[in-house]
Amino acid sequence: MFDGIVVVALIVIGLFALVPLLVVVAASLTPYSEVLANGGYVLFPTSFTLEGYIAMWNTTRIPQAMLVSTFVTVVGTALNMILSTGIAWPLSRKEMPGRTFILLALVFTTVFNAGIIPTYLIVKNTGLLNSIWAMIIPSALSVFNVFIMKTFFEGLPSELSESARLDGAGEVRLLLRIIFPLAVPVLLTIGLFYAVANWNTFFAAIFYVRDASLQPLQVVLRDLLTSNPDAAFDPDEVTPALTLRMAAVVITALPMIVVYPFIQKHFQKGVLIGSVKS
Amino acid sequence: MVMAESAQHQLSHTEQRAAKRPAPSRRRRTWAHIKRYKALYIMMVPALAYVAVYKYGPMYGLLIAFKNYNLGLGILASQWADPWYRHFSEFFSSPYAGQLLTNTLLISVYKLVIGTVAAIVVALLFNECRTNWFRRTVQTVSYMPHFLSWVIVYGVCVALLSQSTGVLNNFLSDTFGFTVPFLNSTDWFRTVLVTSDVWKDIGWGAIIYLAAMVGINQDLYEAARMDGAGRLRQIWSITLPGIRNVIILLLVLKIGGILDAGFDQIFVFLNPQVYSVGDIIDTWVYRAGLVDLNYSQAAAVGLFKSVIGFVLMVTVNRMARRWDGQVW
Repeated sequence: MFDGIVVVALIVIGLFALVPLLVVVAASLTPYSEVLANGGYVLFPTSFTLEGYIAMWNTTRIPQAMLVSTFVTVVGTALNMILSTGIAWPLSRKEMPGRTFILLALVFTTVFNAGIIPTYLIVKNTGLLNSIWAMIIPSALSVFNVFIMKTFFEGLPSELSESARLDGAGEVRLLLRIIFPLAVPVLLTIGLFYAVANWNTFFAAIFYVRDASLQPLQVVLRDLLTSNPDAAFDPDEVTPALTLRMAAVVITALPMIVVYPFIQKHFQKGVLIGSVKS
Repeated sequence: MVMAESAQHQLSHTEQRAAKRPAPSRRRRTWAHIKRYKALYIMMVPALAYVAVYKYGPMYGLLIAFKNYNLGLGILASQWADPWYRHFSEFFSSPYAGQLLTNTLLISVYKLVIGTVAAIVVALLFNECRTNWFRRTVQTVSYMPHFLSWVIVYGVCVALLSQSTGVLNNFLSDTFGFTVPFLNSTDWFRTVLVTSDVWKDIGWGAIIYLAAMVGINQDLYEAARMDGAGRLRQIWSITLPGIRNVIILLLVLKIGGILDAGFDQIFVFLNPQVYSVGDIIDTWVYRAGLVDLNYSQAAAVGLFKSVIGFVLMVTVNRMARRWDGQVW
């Protein structure tokens, strides 16, 4: 009886998460004519077409935006990882002089944040305004991710670094040859967290980038979604047709859904390590 | 294992060598110590430079909250505001201040309470589910929306809730003959915000509670069963008290950000028709500063928000520490 209720409740939760996504996929494949004939999207369309995807590809700024987002994700994530491991590893070495001071300085940035306007002024003064780097450099490091990494490194046996040092390996060799191979799970998790954040970048573009050709996917998608909201009944009106909008939603979400199984394997542990310690 | 053993062996070897050397002066030892870690300091340079420029740099920029910032003159040369708190008092005497604070707090508290309760309930359900493969499948599905951007979630909401084309409104008009402007009406806006927030993060939020539940000593349940406690009774008397510390910890963390109210989401969902119920401090700061170029006023309001957040964080954290050992 009790187990039955639990199972039913979990099915409801699963559907609650899944059905809205299926609606979007179905909507992206429904011919525009059928949407108009129904007076809106339906849960179970009767016919399917790729016209939304073709129109999206040919008539919108989505392809260009994909290039921008891909660049931001690849270059941004590489930079994120270099900076994060560069600081997380030294901070995990309890004997390093000055460690406590740096830790405090980092923690302070997580509880006090100067706000939107002063940050904008710094980005402006460092010359990033209206360049693709405005979406990469101001978010080059997440203190939260650094703490997750640091906690993982602290869990490694300290004899490892001692012995490597005595064998004549420098700090860099030690990190690259001995620590990294052991840290693959946490590096993957954090890398994927950063990649997701970079792919989803939106505010940096809204705040710091004016040039239309530099807009990432999320911004172009939002423009498509909010252009003439709720007023698309004119059959002569072709772009952005409803089907096209949903095709753009699916394309923007697709990379996340594809990498999701890989993140999913690791993130539970990652999140826990991070939350327990900080 | 082999590596660890050899490490120990060599460690003792160096200790012997160190013992033979005469002890250097204290200062020189400190220097030698720091020099030994040179490579580590060099490694940290890029990250520390980033933190200094993009995290601490803006704190210096906060000066403009007390000045009449002039873009041409820059931060230092701009005139001081007269009196120094002018931008703060102007904001608080304006008609929108009350509304912005109300909206921010209401949206935040709704999300905090409903989101926390939902996550705990979901974690309880996962914890009670005895069929492993089924539990894992539902978990996998329910985490997924967390990784989608708010723009995508807005797209999902358009597909479901748009008044002219949404699935839900299509169903309502076919069945009952009316439609509801979910996305553009003041009556529904906050409901849509909270519901979509719960949708996005319900599975994700449950992770930590679930982990805490798994850590509870199984003997307690055994003993409770012997005493004749049912499943509900066990949840109430063992599971929930068992995760009390985690609940408090997460609440503390979230209360520090109570004036944030989820800027990312609200910015994407907001439109002028719903400003009266959905405009929050941060969305206003964005418009006042970066759209209307009223930098000083916007920075002042942003500073007010950050200071309150900081004070709340420190206070609640201290309170939580004191309550911790006490009976609930």
